[in-house]
Amino acid sequence: MNSKTKLGLGILAFFTLIAVVGEWIAPYDPSAMGDDLLSPPSGAHWFGTTMTGQDVFSQVLVGTRGVMVVGLVCGVLATFLSILVGVTAGFLGGAADEALSMLSNVFLVIPALPLIIIVASMLPSADTVLIAVVISLTAWAWGARVLRAQTMSLRRRDFVEAARASGESTWRIIVFEVLPNLMAVIASGFVGTVIFAVMLQITLSFVGVISLSTWNWGTILFWAQSNQALGLGAWWWFVPAGLCIALLGTALALINFGIDEYANPRLRKVRA
Amino acid sequence: MTFLLRRALFYLVTLWAAITVNFLLPRLLPGDPVQAMIIKLGGRLNSDAMASLYVLFGLDEQKSIWEQYLDYWGALFQGDLGLSFTFFPTPVADVLSQSLPWTLGLVGVTTVIAFLLGTLMGVYAGWKRGSWMDNLIPLTTFLSSIPYFWLGLIAISLLSVTWPLFPASGGYAAGLVPEFSGEFIGSVLEHAVLPGVTIVVSSVAGWILGMRNMMVTVTAEDYVLVARAKGLTRKRIMFAYAARNAVLPSISGFALSLGFIVGGALLVEMVFSYPGLGYVLFQGIGAKDYPLMQGVFLVITLTVLVANLLADIGYLLLDPRTRREG
Repeated sequence: MNSKTKLGLGILAFFTLIAVVGEWIAPYDPSAMGDDLLSPPSGAHWFGTTMTGQDVFSQVLVGTRGVMVVGLVCGVLATFLSILVGVTAGFLGGAADEALSMLSNVFLVIPALPLIIIVASMLPSADTVLIAVVISLTAWAWGARVLRAQTMSLRRRDFVEAARASGESTWRIIVFEVLPNLMAVIASGFVGTVIFAVMLQITLSFVGVISLSTWNWGTILFWAQSNQALGLGAWWWFVPAGLCIALLGTALALINFGIDEYANPRLRKVRA
Repeated sequence: MTFLLRRALFYLVTLWAAITVNFLLPRLLPGDPVQAMIIKLGGRLNSDAMASLYVLFGLDEQKSIWEQYLDYWGALFQGDLGLSFTFFPTPVADVLSQSLPWTLGLVGVTTVIAFLLGTLMGVYAGWKRGSWMDNLIPLTTFLSSIPYFWLGLIAISLLSVTWPLFPASGGYAAGLVPEFSGEFIGSVLEHAVLPGVTIVVSSVAGWILGMRNMMVTVTAEDYVLVARAKGLTRKRIMFAYAARNAVLPSISGFALSLGFIVGGALLVEMVFSYPGLGYVLFQGIGAKDYPLMQGVFLVITLTVLVANLLADIGYLLLDPRTRREG
């Protein structure tokens, strides 16, 4: 494991910790209005306050949980779907493969954002978990495509043929012979999906189609934007949330590089 | 030719899927927002407009779902996407045809710039692996992890509020009439700088990274070694031997990442109030204007599919293997 991967894991661990304890260590109630209106960062309010005197630091802390939960739920659900579709397609081949690849390519090509915006705004109550499920339904296709290609290169290898010759059932071969060899691809797909889901959730909150009653980083940006924080010069209102998103995204991307380098030694750093 | 035919068939299937999803969504999901909107608009709707909204959103309870589906296709073929509630009483099709050129211009130009720039930087980064160029990667990763819209917010905050260099919103200066004059075109370009730079900065990293990794893989191939042994110039090996082969996955990936890039670009338009489809969609969200939102989705999907077909033709020109019969 190189230093870049360690850095990524460190940042991820930090945000996970905040997601768990954020609500307890937040100095203020994130929705409570205070007397300091639109004040810049100070000792009392580390990230300043909003137009109605809400504490931005507390909003960021409390909002971390929603972000991480959606990321995790989507990561798990979409990875499961991508294994189901991708490995089945790659291993079975033939007509099943044609149909499943077509399905995942259709999902890849259709622009996900406008579609999800429509679905989310039509849902009567768009709470966190429901949104996570909707996002997962569009997020699995990339992983499925990669897994299919990898499975196809595995299914004619000697050890798989040997298992088939010894009369193992198809599902046993897939689960015990093929899947363990796909772990690096699955892991990197998982991390990629989490990035995608987090970005999408924050985007949806920002454009205002997700319920604004629960805090996440996108909600903060929504309120900042709709209260003209930019024109008022209140940079502290939207900078912290955005930096958190970028940091989390970078951390996950760094972890993914680590996985890529593990799987493809040619990408490892050469000593010049 | 078989290659192109297969692709074209795939895009047709995708288009069919998108239209069918669009047809099913308002019918499957609970709630009846369109009905509510029609009641609210009351007598201001004429009977033709009312009828087309009934067809598009399945409010006609008497008909079977299959009849509704056929009617829906019939309406689409006539270019009838219903009436917009936000821009009442303008038809959705008119709203979209006004905003589509803006999106095509902005997203088209910036995507091509980002692709060329990113690929070129990726070629150098992969070729000079192990040098200082490796440090470019964490930096570009950070840039690509920033949501498009947030980068747009920062750009506005710095370059049009703090230092007022560029206009913060709109597609051209207020008071100008769209026409072919130097003044108007200058204004359009000036307004496109910030959104354009935002899209390029946040989408370039993906191309750099993909191209770099392929270059690293390709430069280890035997034919590159042979080219070196023959004493060819460095430039020739880099571009004509390594890069030409390394770029193929980037181009086939272009098709698949386009939907994602367009999504990001729509957000940039929202932030900059740029008069394209993204801003129209944003206004539609606020007003729960479903005919408008669904129209935007259809038009964007169609545009992405056409762009994909163009990328496929490019691929065909670059990779002789796809031209072989069979």
